Amino acid sequence: MSTSLSLVLQHPAIWRGDQYAKVAVESVPTGFAELDAQLPGGGWPRAALTELLTNQQGIGELRLLAPALAHLSGEEKWLVLVAPPYLPYAPGFESLGMNLSRLVIVRTRSSGESLWAAERCLRSGTCAAVIAWPGPGSERSLRRLQLAAEEGKSLGVIFGPTRNAANASPAPLRIQLSAARGKLEVQILKRRGGGWAPPLALESSSVLRPALRYRRIRHGLA
Amino acid sequence: MLWACLRLPDFSLQLRLRGAESSGSVVVTTAGNRPQVLSCNSQARSHGIRPGMAASAAIALAPDLVEHVRNPAAEEPALRSIAAWAGQFTSVVCLVPPDAVLLEIAGSLRLFGGLRLLLLQIDAGLIELGYTAALAVAPTPTGACLLARAGTGVRITDPAQLPAALAPLPLVLLDQPEETVRTLSVIGVHTIGECLALPRDGLARRFGQQLLDELDRALGRLPDAREPYLHPARYASKLALPAPVQEAEPLLFVAKRLLLELAGFLRMKQKGVTRLKLTLHHEDRKPTVVMLGFAVPCRDADRMVRLLRERLANVELPDRVEAIAIDSEETRPLGSRNLSLFPEDRLPEEQRWLIIDHLRARLGADAVHGIISHPDHRPEQAWRACEPGTGREGYCSSVRRPLWLLEAPRRLHSSAGEPLLDGPLTLEAGPERIEGGWWDEGDVTRDYFIATDAAGRRFWIYRERGEAAWFLQGVFA
Repeated sequence: MSTSLSLVLQHPAIWRGDQYAKVAVESVPTGFAELDAQLPGGGWPRAALTELLTNQQGIGELRLLAPALAHLSGEEKWLVLVAPPYLPYAPGFESLGMNLSRLVIVRTRSSGESLWAAERCLRSGTCAAVIAWPGPGSERSLRRLQLAAEEGKSLGVIFGPTRNAANASPAPLRIQLSAARGKLEVQILKRRGGGWAPPLALESSSVLRPALRYRRIRHGLA
Repeated sequence: MLWACLRLPDFSLQLRLRGAESSGSVVVTTAGNRPQVLSCNSQARSHGIRPGMAASAAIALAPDLVEHVRNPAAEEPALRSIAAWAGQFTSVVCLVPPDAVLLEIAGSLRLFGGLRLLLLQIDAGLIELGYTAALAVAPTPTGACLLARAGTGVRITDPAQLPAALAPLPLVLLDQPEETVRTLSVIGVHTIGECLALPRDGLARRFGQQLLDELDRALGRLPDAREPYLHPARYASKLALPAPVQEAEPLLFVAKRLLLELAGFLRMKQKGVTRLKLTLHHEDRKPTVVMLGFAVPCRDADRMVRLLRERLANVELPDRVEAIAIDSEETRPLGSRNLSLFPEDRLPEEQRWLIIDHLRARLGADAVHGIISHPDHRPEQAWRACEPGTGREGYCSSVRRPLWLLEAPRRLHSSAGEPLLDGPLTLEAGPERIEGGWWDEGDVTRDYFIATDAAGRRFWIYRERGEAAWFLQGVFA
């Protein structure tokens, strides 16, 4: 009886209160086991939009995506950064194991252009991932991005300020990021299949994992 | 040998009509003081307008009639463009002015899947270009032309059937002086068949050798040498709009007609275009020039149209456009891979570049780039913007480098020699001495530190050797 019950409980249509429903979504492992365990599909959802909300830059918010991006750069498709807040630094990206020949940087003059470019890239079907810092945008523009990501089967990531958490969003995954005591705190606000997820604190050493250790190197004439 | 003749009846009218999706009553008239209707479209015909009428009489029948004076100077280049486009079907194309093109197709039948399929492709292609053609096939060029002029659409592949097919055609179709045709009709000879029944020596004595020669060429009894059309090195074409427009969609419609011609030309040349110049001519102002660039050589008209739509959305037209010209400024060789069975069966490489071209068309070429690291120790010199796709495979370096770099190092406040950024910064790692640039007068000697603030943000800061000021250069995002 109990074996048949557990079999029944494995059925994807059955949801238990303490779980998020298992949803069959194609995804890319984040590279962080604790986080993968909390995400439906076990990683960043492909063909969908993910919102990363944070007010702080420099807490490892981009390195959180690095293992997935490095993995995706092994494919033939582009990885696009739309309107990044600073200059993407080639040695930094290389040190994450990323194939730079896949990386495309798109600079824009307005929030409208950023949203347009992100939508275009997501929809094109030739971009494995599109990471955008579009600035203020309406729920409608996010919906367009979500549809474009579905259509182009592209991993879309939108960075925005924490106050956006109060707004409704069509993105199936929303995560709030903050720094706490040297760790990157990851709070899942919304995920497919629902359910409350406990906040995770990723060790900054694991967030900074690709750069394993700091070694003092003397350059030049010194 | 097998020849296909593409004849464009009422060529001058067709040239006017292909520039717009739909039109009302249109006639083409002769020039001069008392213009006469040369040809009219079906709408005009439904008002009772017929070729040969005085233009004034035609206007009386249809008040909203649009009149165009025939422009023979525009017809020849247009015919050449058709010949250039037709080069994709065969290597031998001949012009038959004023309104026809001959293709030698015996060698193309196999490639295009037989006569029927080849003619279907030619016909469908011409319709896309905005033309309606009478197509005829015969073993001799003159025969094909005569059949196409008769508009019968006959396909004769067997020389033995040619005399029977030509026999009922009226003599007016021949390239003979009007006088000859009239005299023959007076004696009761109206068709080619009747003419051929007359004794040859008498015919030659009465009307000269040229009549006999033309008939003999048509039947394949005399050699019929045609001068092949020499394809130009690059494609340039211009199309006048029937009525000036400023909206993007009608412009794109016209541009597509020209781009399809260009695509045919490129297929013939086995090339793709990398730089395309589009000139929009206005009535009184300087023309607007729109340049389209392609990262990967392109010969797909739809792709060009999509890119052009993007560009036109950003171009401010000073006035309405009355003619569009297209010039393939730069082309590069390309295999014949676009001719695949399924349109989606394209090389991903070409598809991959589509998005780059799209973004550049709207945002500008410089706004879309890749990055590559540069062998220099100075951080601001250690990277370069590059063409997307030219960067390298990454290597896991053990040196910690930030993902973000500031456009220019930002000077930080400090208190008692300690750096401040919205509060004190804690030095987490360092110093890392970076020296270099003595060779190009950008000499730096800096000690780099990784610093964290109270909120947990991580920065890359430095201090010049022997100086107290701190600078922020990177962010460990």
